[in-house]
Amino acid sequence: MNEIRGRAWRFNDHVDTDQIIPAERLISQNNNCLGDFLFERVRPEMSKNVSKGDIIVAGKNFGCGSSREHAPRAIKQAGITCVVAESFARIFYRNSINVGMLPVECKIEADEGDILAIDVQNGKIVNETKGMEWRFAPFPPFIKDLMERGGLMAKIREEKRCIK
Amino acid sequence: MSSVKTISEKIMSAHSGVEAQAGQIVEAEIDYVMANDVTAPLAFQEFEALECEPKRDKIVLIPDHFVPNKDVASAEQAAEMRRFVQKYSLPHYFEVGRGGVCHQVMVDEGFAAPGRLIVGADSHTCTYGGINAFSTGIGSTEAAAVFAEGRLWFKVPEAIDVRLSGRFRGLVSGKDLIIKIITDIGVDGANYKAFEFSGAGVANVPVSDRLTVSNMAIEAGGKAGIFPCDEHTVSYIQGRVRGEYTPVAPDPGAVYSRTLEYDLGDLDYMVALPHLPSNGKPAAEVDVVIDQAFLGSCTNGRIEDLRTAAQVMKGKKVHKDVRMVVVPASTQVYQQAMEEGLLAEFVRSGAFVSGPTCAACLGGHMGVLAKGERCVSSTNRNFIGRMGHKDSEVYLAGPAVVAASAVAGRIVAPEAIQ
Repeated sequence: MNEIRGRAWRFNDHVDTDQIIPAERLISQNNNCLGDFLFERVRPEMSKNVSKGDIIVAGKNFGCGSSREHAPRAIKQAGITCVVAESFARIFYRNSINVGMLPVECKIEADEGDILAIDVQNGKIVNETKGMEWRFAPFPPFIKDLMERGGLMAKIREEKRCIK
Repeated sequence: MSSVKTISEKIMSAHSGVEAQAGQIVEAEIDYVMANDVTAPLAFQEFEALECEPKRDKIVLIPDHFVPNKDVASAEQAAEMRRFVQKYSLPHYFEVGRGGVCHQVMVDEGFAAPGRLIVGADSHTCTYGGINAFSTGIGSTEAAAVFAEGRLWFKVPEAIDVRLSGRFRGLVSGKDLIIKIITDIGVDGANYKAFEFSGAGVANVPVSDRLTVSNMAIEAGGKAGIFPCDEHTVSYIQGRVRGEYTPVAPDPGAVYSRTLEYDLGDLDYMVALPHLPSNGKPAAEVDVVIDQAFLGSCTNGRIEDLRTAAQVMKGKKVHKDVRMVVVPASTQVYQQAMEEGLLAEFVRSGAFVSGPTCAACLGGHMGVLAKGERCVSSTNRNFIGRMGHKDSEVYLAGPAVVAASAVAGRIVAPEAIQ
Protein backbone atom coordinates (compact mmCIF):
# COMPACT_ATOMS: atom_id res chain seq x y z
CA MET A 1 0.00 0.00 0.00
CA ASN A 2 2.61 2.57 -1.05
CA GLU A 3 0.61 4.63 -3.54
CA ILE A 4 -3.08 5.39 -3.27
CA ARG A 5 -4.85 7.45 -5.93
CA GLY A 6 -8.53 8.25 -6.23
CA ARG A 7 -11.40 10.68 -5.79
CA ALA A 8 -12.05 12.52 -2.55
CA TRP A 9 -15.25 11.96 -0.58
CA ARG A 10 -15.58 15.01 1.62
CA PHE A 11 -16.81 14.90 5.26
CA ASN A 12 -16.79 17.38 8.16
CA ASP A 13 -15.68 17.17 11.81
CA HIS A 14 -16.79 14.50 14.29
CA VAL A 15 -18.01 11.83 11.88
CA ASP A 16 -19.28 9.16 14.29
CA THR A 17 -19.36 5.40 13.86
CA ASP A 18 -23.18 5.34 13.96
CA GLN A 19 -23.07 7.37 10.73
CA ILE A 20 -20.38 5.16 9.20
CA ILE A 21 -22.48 2.05 9.80
CA PRO A 22 -25.65 1.98 11.93
CA ALA A 23 -25.99 -0.50 14.80
CA GLU A 24 -28.75 -2.55 13.14
CA ARG A 25 -26.25 -3.70 10.47
CA LEU A 26 -23.84 -5.11 13.05
CA ILE A 27 -24.85 -8.72 12.62
CA SER A 28 -22.63 -11.65 11.69
CA GLN A 29 -24.35 -12.33 8.37
CA ASN A 30 -23.15 -8.90 7.20
CA ASN A 31 -19.49 -9.45 8.11
CA ASN A 32 -18.39 -9.69 4.48
CA CYS A 33 -20.74 -7.10 2.99
CA LEU A 34 -20.40 -4.26 5.50
CA GLY A 35 -19.40 -1.93 2.66
CA ASP A 36 -22.96 -2.08 1.27
CA PHE A 37 -24.16 -0.13 4.32
CA LEU A 38 -21.41 2.49 4.42
CA PHE A 39 -22.92 5.84 5.47
CA GLU A 40 -26.33 4.50 4.40
CA ARG A 41 -28.33 6.86 6.63
CA VAL A 42 -26.48 10.08 5.83
CA ARG A 43 -25.18 9.46 2.28
CA PRO A 44 -27.23 6.56 0.94
CA GLU A 45 -25.84 6.94 -2.60
CA MET A 46 -22.22 6.63 -1.53
CA SER A 47 -21.54 2.89 -1.26
CA LYS A 48 -22.77 2.25 -4.81
CA ASN A 49 -20.57 4.96 -6.27
CA VAL A 50 -17.22 4.30 -4.58
CA SER A 51 -14.38 3.25 -6.89
CA LYS A 52 -11.36 1.33 -5.67
CA GLY A 53 -8.72 3.78 -4.47
CA ASP A 54 -11.16 6.51 -3.44
CA ILE A 55 -10.23 8.44 -0.33
CA ILE A 56 -12.31 9.88 2.49
CA VAL A 57 -11.23 13.36 3.55
CA ALA A 58 -12.52 14.62 6.88
CA GLY A 59 -11.96 17.15 9.63
CA LYS A 60 -11.36 16.54 13.30
CA ASN A 61 -12.15 13.44 15.38
CA PHE A 62 -13.11 11.06 12.55
CA GLY A 63 -14.62 7.79 13.81
CA CYS A 64 -15.75 9.02 17.21
CA GLY A 65 -18.29 7.07 19.22
CA SER A 66 -18.61 3.34 19.46
CA SER A 67 -15.82 0.76 19.40
CA ARG A 68 -17.41 -1.10 16.47
CA GLU A 69 -14.61 -2.43 14.31
CA HIS A 70 -17.30 -2.80 11.68
CA ALA A 71 -16.74 0.90 10.90
CA PRO A 72 -13.22 0.71 9.37
CA ARG A 73 -14.13 -2.70 7.94
CA ALA A 74 -17.15 -1.17 6.16
CA ILE A 75 -14.96 1.59 4.70
CA LYS A 76 -12.42 -0.96 3.48
CA GLN A 77 -14.99 -3.40 2.14
CA ALA A 78 -16.55 -0.54 0.15
CA GLY A 79 -13.19 -0.12 -1.62
CA ILE A 80 -11.68 2.77 0.32
CA THR A 81 -8.28 1.98 1.82
CA CYS A 82 -7.39 5.36 3.26
CA VAL A 83 -9.01 8.11 5.32
CA VAL A 84 -7.22 11.46 5.57
CA ALA A 85 -8.44 13.43 8.58
CA GLU A 86 -7.25 16.29 10.71
CA SER A 87 -7.50 13.90 13.67
CA PHE A 88 -8.98 10.50 14.52
CA ALA A 89 -10.86 9.12 17.50
CA ARG A 90 -8.62 6.74 19.42
CA ILE A 91 -10.47 3.41 19.12
CA PHE A 92 -11.21 3.93 15.42
CA TYR A 93 -7.51 4.63 14.80
CA ARG A 94 -6.43 1.37 16.48
CA ASN A 95 -9.14 -0.61 14.71
CA SER A 96 -8.13 0.82 11.33
CA ILE A 97 -4.58 -0.41 11.71
CA ASN A 98 -5.76 -3.89 12.64
CA VAL A 99 -8.06 -4.21 9.64
CA GLY A 100 -5.64 -2.68 7.09
CA MET A 101 -7.43 0.63 6.56
CA LEU A 102 -4.86 3.44 6.54
CA PRO A 103 -5.61 6.41 8.86
CA VAL A 104 -3.55 9.41 7.73
CA GLU A 105 -3.53 12.36 10.11
CA CYS A 106 -3.16 15.51 8.03
CA LYS A 107 -5.13 18.71 7.45
CA ILE A 108 -5.58 19.12 3.70
CA GLU A 109 -7.77 21.04 1.30
CA ALA A 110 -9.98 18.98 -0.96
CA ASP A 111 -13.46 19.28 -2.41
CA GLU A 112 -15.74 16.40 -3.21
CA GLY A 113 -14.43 14.62 -6.31
CA ASP A 114 -10.91 16.11 -6.33
CA ILE A 115 -8.25 13.63 -7.42
CA LEU A 116 -5.79 12.85 -4.63
CA ALA A 117 -2.57 10.85 -4.71
CA ILE A 118 -1.00 9.63 -1.48
CA ASP A 119 2.61 8.48 -1.30
CA VAL A 120 2.52 6.50 1.93
CA GLN A 121 6.23 5.70 2.07
CA ASN A 122 7.34 9.31 1.72
CA GLY A 123 4.47 10.88 3.65
CA LYS A 124 3.16 13.03 0.78
CA ILE A 125 -0.38 13.94 -0.28
CA VAL A 126 -1.03 15.66 -3.60
CA ASN A 127 -4.36 17.20 -4.58
CA GLU A 128 -3.93 16.87 -8.37
CA THR A 129 -7.12 18.81 -9.08
CA LYS A 130 -6.00 21.84 -7.10
CA GLY A 131 -2.27 21.44 -7.65
CA MET A 132 -1.52 21.44 -3.93
CA GLU A 133 0.73 19.27 -1.81
CA TRP A 134 1.10 18.40 1.88
CA ARG A 135 3.47 16.33 4.02
CA PHE A 136 2.31 14.14 6.89
CA ALA A 137 4.34 12.94 9.86
CA PRO A 138 5.70 9.40 9.60
CA PHE A 139 3.89 6.79 11.69
CA PRO A 140 5.56 6.05 15.06
CA PRO A 141 7.86 2.99 14.74
CA PHE A 142 5.57 0.72 16.78
CA ILE A 143 2.52 1.56 14.62
CA LYS A 144 4.53 1.34 11.39
CA ASP A 145 5.78 -2.10 12.35
CA LEU A 146 2.23 -3.22 13.21
CA MET A 147 0.92 -1.96 9.84
CA GLU A 148 3.71 -3.53 7.84
CA ARG A 149 3.07 -6.90 9.45
CA GLY A 150 -0.66 -6.65 8.62
CA GLY A 151 -2.14 -5.82 12.01
CA LEU A 152 -2.17 -7.30 15.48
CA MET A 153 -3.39 -10.79 14.55
CA ALA A 154 -0.73 -11.20 11.89
CA LYS A 155 1.90 -10.10 14.40
CA ILE A 156 0.76 -12.63 17.01
CA ARG A 157 0.75 -15.38 14.35
CA GLU A 158 4.16 -14.39 13.03
CA GLU A 159 5.76 -14.36 16.45
CA LYS A 160 4.06 -17.67 17.32
CA ARG A 161 3.33 -16.19 20.69
CA CYS A 162 0.22 -18.25 21.14
CA ILE A 163 0.47 -21.98 20.72
CA LYS A 164 -2.24 -24.55 21.23
CA MET B 1 12.63 9.60 34.58
CA SER B 2 9.89 11.16 36.66
CA SER B 3 9.04 9.12 39.75
CA VAL B 4 5.73 10.88 40.36
CA LYS B 5 2.83 9.30 38.52
CA THR B 6 -0.81 9.80 37.68
CA ILE B 7 -3.33 7.01 38.42
CA SER B 8 -3.13 5.99 34.75
CA GLU B 9 0.66 5.77 34.80
CA LYS B 10 0.59 3.75 38.04
CA ILE B 11 -1.94 1.19 36.77
CA MET B 12 -0.06 0.88 33.47
CA SER B 13 3.23 0.43 35.35
CA ALA B 14 1.81 -2.21 37.69
CA HIS B 15 0.43 -4.19 34.73
CA SER B 16 3.38 -3.87 32.38
CA GLY B 17 6.32 -4.26 34.76
CA VAL B 18 7.95 -1.09 33.48
CA GLU B 19 8.00 2.46 34.83
CA ALA B 20 5.30 3.68 32.47
CA GLN B 21 5.11 7.35 31.59
CA ALA B 22 2.60 9.25 29.48
CA GLY B 23 3.39 8.91 25.78
CA GLN B 24 5.22 5.62 26.16
CA ILE B 25 3.96 2.44 24.47
CA VAL B 26 3.75 -0.52 26.85
CA GLU B 27 2.48 -4.06 26.66
CA ALA B 28 0.31 -4.71 29.69
CA GLU B 29 -1.27 -7.72 31.38
CA ILE B 30 -5.06 -7.46 31.25
CA ASP B 31 -7.22 -8.43 34.23
CA TYR B 32 -10.44 -8.95 32.25
CA VAL B 33 -11.59 -8.62 28.64
CA MET B 34 -15.30 -8.21 27.96
CA ALA B 35 -17.29 -8.47 24.72
CA ASN B 36 -21.01 -8.27 23.90
CA ASP B 37 -23.26 -9.88 21.30
CA VAL B 38 -22.49 -7.20 18.67
CA THR B 39 -18.70 -7.05 18.99
CA ALA B 40 -17.93 -10.62 20.05
CA PRO B 41 -18.74 -12.46 16.78
CA LEU B 42 -15.93 -10.62 14.91
CA ALA B 43 -13.61 -11.37 17.84
CA PHE B 44 -14.54 -15.08 17.67
CA GLN B 45 -13.78 -15.12 13.94
CA GLU B 46 -10.33 -13.57 14.52
CA PHE B 47 -9.61 -15.75 17.54
CA GLU B 48 -10.52 -19.02 15.79
CA ALA B 49 -8.09 -18.19 12.97
CA LEU B 50 -5.26 -18.16 15.53
CA GLU B 51 -5.88 -21.74 16.63
CA CYS B 52 -4.92 -21.32 20.26
CA GLU B 53 -6.33 -21.84 23.73
CA PRO B 54 -8.17 -18.90 25.29
CA LYS B 55 -7.26 -17.28 28.61
CA ARG B 56 -10.51 -18.60 30.06
CA ASP B 57 -10.56 -16.82 33.41
CA LYS B 58 -10.01 -13.39 31.87
CA ILE B 59 -12.86 -13.53 29.33
CA VAL B 60 -16.30 -12.16 30.20
CA LEU B 61 -19.06 -12.50 27.59
CA ILE B 62 -22.33 -10.64 28.05
CA PRO B 63 -25.08 -10.47 25.42
CA ASP B 64 -26.94 -7.18 25.83
CA HIS B 65 -27.34 -5.16 22.63
CA PHE B 66 -29.94 -7.15 20.69
CA VAL B 67 -31.19 -9.55 23.37
CA PRO B 68 -33.65 -11.00 24.16
CA ASN B 69 -33.18 -11.78 20.45
CA LYS B 70 -34.99 -9.05 18.52
CA ASP B 71 -35.06 -10.92 15.20
CA VAL B 72 -33.59 -13.96 13.48
CA ALA B 73 -30.26 -12.34 12.65
CA SER B 74 -29.66 -11.29 16.24
CA ALA B 75 -30.78 -14.71 17.43
CA GLU B 76 -28.09 -16.29 15.25
CA GLN B 77 -25.55 -13.88 16.63
CA ALA B 78 -26.44 -14.59 20.27
CA ALA B 79 -26.30 -18.31 19.48
CA GLU B 80 -22.76 -17.83 18.16
CA MET B 81 -21.75 -16.50 21.56
CA ARG B 82 -23.35 -19.46 23.35
CA ARG B 83 -21.52 -21.92 21.07
CA PHE B 84 -18.18 -20.21 21.70
CA VAL B 85 -18.79 -20.32 25.47
CA GLN B 86 -19.60 -24.03 25.32
CA LYS B 87 -16.76 -24.93 22.97
CA TYR B 88 -14.12 -23.44 25.27
CA SER B 89 -15.94 -24.02 28.59
CA LEU B 90 -15.76 -20.34 29.47
CA PRO B 91 -16.75 -19.67 33.08
CA HIS B 92 -17.91 -16.02 32.79
CA TYR B 93 -20.99 -15.87 30.60
CA PHE B 94 -24.18 -14.06 31.62
CA GLU B 95 -27.30 -15.38 29.93
CA VAL B 96 -30.43 -13.31 29.33
CA GLY B 97 -32.25 -13.16 32.67
CA ARG B 98 -29.02 -13.43 34.67
CA GLY B 99 -27.12 -10.49 33.22
CA GLY B 100 -28.10 -7.24 31.59
CA VAL B 101 -26.24 -4.28 30.13
CA CYS B 102 -22.61 -5.43 30.01
CA HIS B 103 -21.04 -2.59 31.95
CA GLN B 104 -23.47 -2.79 34.84
CA VAL B 105 -22.96 -6.57 34.95
CA MET B 106 -19.17 -6.04 35.09
CA VAL B 107 -19.74 -3.91 38.20
CA ASP B 108 -22.52 -6.04 39.76
CA GLU B 109 -20.54 -9.25 39.33
CA GLY B 110 -17.35 -7.76 40.74
CA PHE B 111 -15.06 -7.95 37.72
CA ALA B 112 -14.55 -4.19 37.92
CA ALA B 113 -12.46 -3.17 40.94
CA PRO B 114 -9.93 -0.53 41.99
CA GLY B 115 -6.51 -0.70 40.36
CA ARG B 116 -7.52 -3.24 37.71
CA LEU B 117 -6.79 -2.95 34.00
CA ILE B 118 -9.88 -3.99 32.04
CA VAL B 119 -10.59 -3.78 28.32
CA GLY B 120 -13.86 -4.33 26.53
CA ALA B 121 -15.07 -4.46 22.96
CA ASP B 122 -17.50 -1.67 23.69
CA SER B 123 -16.58 1.99 23.91
CA HIS B 124 -18.33 2.51 27.25
CA THR B 125 -15.95 0.12 28.98
CA CYS B 126 -14.48 3.28 30.52
CA THR B 127 -17.38 3.10 33.03
CA TYR B 128 -15.33 1.20 35.65
CA GLY B 129 -13.09 4.23 36.16
CA GLY B 130 -15.90 5.25 38.52
CA ILE B 131 -14.54 2.65 40.91
CA ASN B 132 -10.85 3.39 40.31
CA ALA B 133 -10.13 0.89 37.52
CA PHE B 134 -8.29 1.78 34.32
CA SER B 135 -10.76 0.47 31.77
CA THR B 136 -11.08 1.30 28.11
CA GLY B 137 -12.83 0.32 24.89
CA ILE B 138 -11.08 -1.67 22.18
CA GLY B 139 -12.01 -3.27 18.87
CA SER B 140 -13.01 -6.87 18.21
CA THR B 141 -9.61 -7.88 16.80
CA GLU B 142 -7.89 -6.54 19.88
CA ALA B 143 -10.37 -8.41 22.07
CA ALA B 144 -9.45 -11.59 20.19
CA ALA B 145 -5.77 -10.85 20.87
CA VAL B 146 -6.51 -10.57 24.58
CA PHE B 147 -8.57 -13.79 24.49
CA ALA B 148 -5.39 -15.43 23.16
CA GLU B 149 -2.60 -13.69 25.05
CA GLY B 150 -4.12 -11.91 28.02
CA ARG B 151 -2.02 -8.90 27.03
CA LEU B 152 -2.39 -5.80 24.88
CA TRP B 153 -0.35 -2.75 23.87
CA PHE B 154 -1.23 0.73 25.08
CA LYS B 155 0.04 4.21 24.61
CA VAL B 156 0.09 5.46 28.21
CA PRO B 157 -2.28 8.45 28.16
CA GLU B 158 -1.65 11.93 29.47
CA ALA B 159 -4.17 12.81 32.14
CA ILE B 160 -6.51 15.75 32.60
CA ASP B 161 -6.97 16.66 36.27
CA VAL B 162 -10.64 17.40 36.99
CA ARG B 163 -10.82 19.05 40.43
CA LEU B 164 -14.23 18.89 42.07
CA SER B 165 -15.48 20.94 44.98
CA GLY B 166 -18.88 21.55 46.59
CA ARG B 167 -22.06 19.51 46.49
CA PHE B 168 -24.83 18.97 43.88
CA ARG B 169 -28.01 21.01 44.36
CA GLY B 170 -31.39 19.21 44.42
CA LEU B 171 -31.41 16.26 42.01
CA VAL B 172 -28.54 17.54 39.86
CA SER B 173 -26.26 14.55 39.30
CA GLY B 174 -23.19 13.07 37.68
CA LYS B 175 -24.91 13.19 34.28
CA ASP B 176 -25.20 16.97 34.51
CA LEU B 177 -21.52 17.21 35.47
CA ILE B 178 -20.29 15.10 32.56
CA ILE B 179 -22.51 16.87 29.99
CA LYS B 180 -21.12 20.17 31.31
CA ILE B 181 -17.52 18.90 31.01
CA ILE B 182 -18.05 17.62 27.45
CA THR B 183 -19.76 20.89 26.48
CA ASP B 184 -16.81 22.83 27.87
CA ILE B 185 -14.02 20.86 26.19
CA GLY B 186 -15.75 19.37 23.13
CA VAL B 187 -16.29 15.83 21.87
CA ASP B 188 -12.56 15.47 21.19
CA GLY B 189 -11.38 17.53 24.15
CA ALA B 190 -9.92 14.46 25.85
CA ASN B 191 -8.94 12.45 22.76
CA TYR B 192 -6.12 10.00 23.63
CA LYS B 193 -6.22 11.25 27.24
CA ALA B 194 -7.56 10.05 30.58
CA PHE B 195 -9.65 12.15 32.95
CA GLU B 196 -8.57 11.80 36.56
CA PHE B 197 -10.96 13.26 39.14
CA SER B 198 -9.74 14.82 42.37
CA GLY B 199 -10.65 17.29 45.08
CA ALA B 200 -12.91 17.48 48.13
CA GLY B 201 -16.00 17.33 45.91
CA VAL B 202 -15.33 13.71 44.93
CA ALA B 203 -16.63 12.52 48.32
CA ASN B 204 -19.95 14.24 47.51
CA VAL B 205 -20.42 12.39 44.23
CA PRO B 206 -22.20 9.07 44.90
CA VAL B 207 -20.41 6.05 43.36
CA SER B 208 -23.31 5.39 40.97
CA ASP B 209 -22.88 8.95 39.66
CA ARG B 210 -19.14 8.43 39.33
CA LEU B 211 -19.90 5.45 37.08
CA THR B 212 -22.12 7.74 34.97
CA VAL B 213 -19.37 10.34 34.67
CA SER B 214 -16.71 7.77 33.76
CA ASN B 215 -19.11 6.08 31.33
CA MET B 216 -19.27 9.24 29.23
CA ALA B 217 -15.52 10.00 29.29
CA ILE B 218 -15.48 8.49 25.78
CA GLU B 219 -17.95 11.16 24.60
CA ALA B 220 -15.09 13.64 24.98
CA GLY B 221 -12.78 11.14 23.28
CA GLY B 222 -11.32 10.05 26.64
CA LYS B 223 -9.49 6.78 26.91
CA ALA B 224 -10.53 6.52 30.56
CA GLY B 225 -12.14 8.56 33.33
CA ILE B 226 -10.82 7.54 36.72
CA PHE B 227 -11.99 8.44 40.22
CA PRO B 228 -9.95 7.86 43.35
CA CYS B 229 -10.92 4.95 45.60
CA ASP B 230 -12.46 6.14 48.89
CA GLU B 231 -14.65 4.69 51.64
CA HIS B 232 -17.72 5.09 49.39
CA THR B 233 -16.03 3.02 46.68
CA VAL B 234 -15.13 0.31 49.15
CA SER B 235 -18.63 0.06 50.56
CA TYR B 236 -20.17 0.13 47.03
CA ILE B 237 -18.17 -2.87 45.84
CA GLN B 238 -18.39 -4.80 49.10
CA GLY B 239 -20.26 -8.03 48.55
CA ARG B 240 -19.79 -7.78 44.76
CA VAL B 241 -16.06 -7.70 44.09
CA ARG B 242 -14.20 -10.86 43.04
CA GLY B 243 -10.72 -11.43 44.43
CA GLU B 244 -8.18 -9.00 45.80
CA TYR B 245 -7.74 -5.48 44.53
CA THR B 246 -5.30 -2.62 45.02
CA PRO B 247 -6.60 0.96 45.13
CA VAL B 248 -4.44 3.45 43.27
CA ALA B 249 -3.96 7.12 44.12
CA PRO B 250 -1.95 9.66 42.13
CA ASP B 251 1.39 10.83 43.50
CA PRO B 252 1.51 14.40 44.81
CA GLY B 253 3.06 16.46 42.05
CA ALA B 254 1.95 14.14 39.25
CA VAL B 255 1.97 15.93 35.89
CA TYR B 256 -1.32 16.61 34.10
CA SER B 257 -1.78 17.99 30.60
CA ARG B 258 -4.56 20.25 31.78
CA THR B 259 -6.62 21.10 34.87
CA LEU B 260 -10.37 21.69 34.93
CA GLU B 261 -12.23 22.88 38.03
CA TYR B 262 -15.91 22.44 38.87
CA ASP B 263 -17.90 23.50 41.91
CA LEU B 264 -20.73 20.93 41.94
CA GLY B 265 -23.00 23.50 43.57
CA ASP B 266 -22.79 25.70 40.45
CA LEU B 267 -24.12 23.02 38.11
CA ASP B 268 -27.55 23.17 36.48
CA TYR B 269 -29.67 20.33 35.15
CA MET B 270 -28.11 19.85 31.72
CA VAL B 271 -29.48 18.60 28.40
CA ALA B 272 -27.30 17.77 25.38
CA LEU B 273 -29.17 18.70 22.21
CA PRO B 274 -28.85 16.77 18.93
CA HIS B 275 -26.54 15.65 17.45
CA LEU B 276 -23.48 15.79 19.70
CA PRO B 277 -23.05 15.19 23.45
CA SER B 278 -21.18 18.53 23.55
CA ASN B 279 -24.33 20.53 22.70
CA GLY B 280 -25.17 20.99 26.38
CA LYS B 281 -27.60 23.63 27.68
CA PRO B 282 -29.36 24.13 31.02
CA ALA B 283 -32.67 22.20 30.91
CA ALA B 284 -34.64 25.35 31.70
CA GLU B 285 -33.52 26.87 28.37
CA VAL B 286 -34.49 23.89 26.20
CA ASP B 287 -38.32 23.56 26.26
CA VAL B 288 -38.75 21.04 23.47
CA VAL B 289 -41.88 18.87 23.01
CA ILE B 290 -41.06 15.16 23.22
CA ASP B 291 -42.60 11.90 21.99
CA GLN B 292 -40.59 9.53 24.17
CA ALA B 293 -38.65 9.48 27.43
CA PHE B 294 -36.07 6.73 27.88
CA LEU B 295 -34.67 5.80 31.29
CA GLY B 296 -31.99 3.13 31.31
CA SER B 297 -28.60 2.11 29.84
CA CYS B 298 -25.09 1.72 31.21
CA THR B 299 -25.08 5.47 31.76
CA ASN B 300 -28.15 5.91 33.96
CA GLY B 301 -29.94 2.59 34.45
CA ARG B 302 -28.75 1.97 38.01
CA ILE B 303 -30.98 1.62 41.08
CA GLU B 304 -30.08 5.14 42.23
CA ASP B 305 -31.27 6.52 38.86
CA LEU B 306 -34.55 4.64 39.07
CA ARG B 307 -35.07 5.93 42.63
CA THR B 308 -34.53 9.51 41.49
CA ALA B 309 -36.97 9.15 38.60
CA ALA B 310 -39.60 7.46 40.78
CA GLN B 311 -39.26 10.24 43.36
CA VAL B 312 -39.84 12.91 40.68
CA MET B 313 -42.84 11.05 39.25
CA LYS B 314 -44.47 10.05 42.53
CA GLY B 315 -48.24 10.44 42.29
CA LYS B 316 -47.98 11.80 38.73
CA LYS B 317 -48.76 10.39 35.29
CA VAL B 318 -46.74 10.15 32.11
CA HIS B 319 -48.04 12.82 29.71
CA LYS B 320 -50.72 11.49 27.36
CA ASP B 321 -48.64 12.14 24.24
CA VAL B 322 -45.45 10.57 25.61
CA ARG B 323 -44.23 6.97 25.77
CA MET B 324 -41.92 6.44 28.71
CA VAL B 325 -39.64 3.41 28.48
CA VAL B 326 -37.90 2.26 31.68
CA VAL B 327 -35.15 -0.35 31.34
CA PRO B 328 -33.15 -1.27 34.48
CA ALA B 329 -29.51 -1.85 33.55
CA SER B 330 -29.09 -5.32 35.03
CA THR B 331 -30.90 -8.21 36.64
CA GLN B 332 -29.67 -7.10 40.05
CA VAL B 333 -30.96 -3.57 39.48
CA TYR B 334 -34.26 -4.97 38.15
CA GLN B 335 -34.76 -7.18 41.20
CA GLN B 336 -33.85 -4.40 43.63
CA ALA B 337 -36.22 -2.00 41.87
CA MET B 338 -38.97 -4.60 42.08
CA GLU B 339 -38.38 -5.14 45.80
CA GLU B 340 -38.44 -1.40 46.46
CA GLY B 341 -41.72 -1.00 44.57
CA LEU B 342 -40.18 1.31 41.98
CA LEU B 343 -41.30 -0.72 38.98
CA ALA B 344 -44.88 -0.73 40.28
CA GLU B 345 -44.64 3.05 40.61
CA PHE B 346 -43.50 3.40 36.99
CA VAL B 347 -46.22 1.08 35.70
CA ARG B 348 -48.83 2.93 37.74
CA SER B 349 -47.71 6.20 36.19
CA GLY B 350 -48.20 4.81 32.67
CA ALA B 351 -44.61 3.92 31.77
CA PHE B 352 -43.52 0.79 29.92
CA VAL B 353 -41.09 -1.25 32.01
CA SER B 354 -38.88 -4.00 30.66
CA GLY B 355 -36.16 -6.36 31.82
CA PRO B 356 -32.52 -5.37 31.37
CA THR B 357 -31.07 -4.86 27.86
CA CYS B 358 -29.48 -2.00 25.88
CA ALA B 359 -32.89 -1.52 24.22
CA ALA B 360 -33.37 1.76 22.32
CA CYS B 361 -30.08 3.32 23.44
CA LEU B 362 -28.34 2.41 20.18
CA GLY B 363 -31.51 2.09 18.12
CA GLY B 364 -31.66 -1.68 18.48
CA HIS B 365 -35.13 -2.40 19.77
CA MET B 366 -37.78 -1.37 22.32
CA GLY B 367 -38.22 2.31 21.66
CA VAL B 368 -36.75 2.96 18.20
CA LEU B 369 -37.82 6.39 16.91
CA ALA B 370 -39.83 7.26 13.78
CA LYS B 371 -39.01 10.14 11.44
CA GLY B 372 -39.26 13.46 13.22
CA GLU B 373 -39.75 11.99 16.70
CA ARG B 374 -37.92 13.36 19.72
CA CYS B 375 -36.74 11.48 22.78
CA VAL B 376 -35.31 12.76 26.05
CA SER B 377 -32.96 10.02 27.13
CA SER B 378 -30.73 9.06 30.04
CA THR B 379 -28.33 7.39 27.58
CA ASN B 380 -24.94 8.59 26.31
CA ARG B 381 -25.16 9.40 22.58
CA ASN B 382 -27.37 11.65 20.49
CA PHE B 383 -25.70 11.14 17.11
CA ILE B 384 -27.71 11.29 13.88
CA GLY B 385 -29.92 8.19 13.69
CA ARG B 386 -28.56 6.77 16.95
CA MET B 387 -32.02 5.79 18.26
CA GLY B 388 -33.78 5.23 14.95
CA HIS B 389 -34.68 7.29 11.88
CA LYS B 390 -32.00 9.73 10.70
CA ASP B 391 -34.48 12.54 11.14
CA SER B 392 -35.29 11.64 14.74
CA GLU B 393 -33.70 13.48 17.67
CA VAL B 394 -32.20 12.41 20.99
CA TYR B 395 -31.79 14.84 23.90
CA LEU B 396 -29.44 13.53 26.57
CA ALA B 397 -30.24 14.26 30.21
CA GLY B 398 -30.07 12.85 33.73
CA PRO B 399 -32.81 10.72 35.33
CA ALA B 400 -34.52 13.66 37.09
CA VAL B 401 -34.97 15.61 33.85
CA VAL B 402 -36.07 12.49 31.93
CA ALA B 403 -38.74 11.74 34.55
CA ALA B 404 -39.95 15.34 34.83
CA SER B 405 -40.06 15.67 31.03
CA ALA B 406 -42.06 12.44 30.70
CA VAL B 407 -44.71 14.01 32.94
CA ALA B 408 -44.61 17.47 31.37
CA GLY B 409 -44.57 16.24 27.75
CA ARG B 410 -41.69 18.57 27.04
CA ILE B 411 -38.16 18.93 28.35
CA VAL B 412 -38.18 20.57 31.78
CA ALA B 413 -36.18 20.63 35.01
CA PRO B 414 -37.82 18.65 37.85
CA GLU B 415 -38.85 21.82 39.75
CA ALA B 416 -41.18 22.68 36.86
CA ILE B 417 -43.57 19.84 37.73
CA GLN B 418 -43.56 20.23 41.52
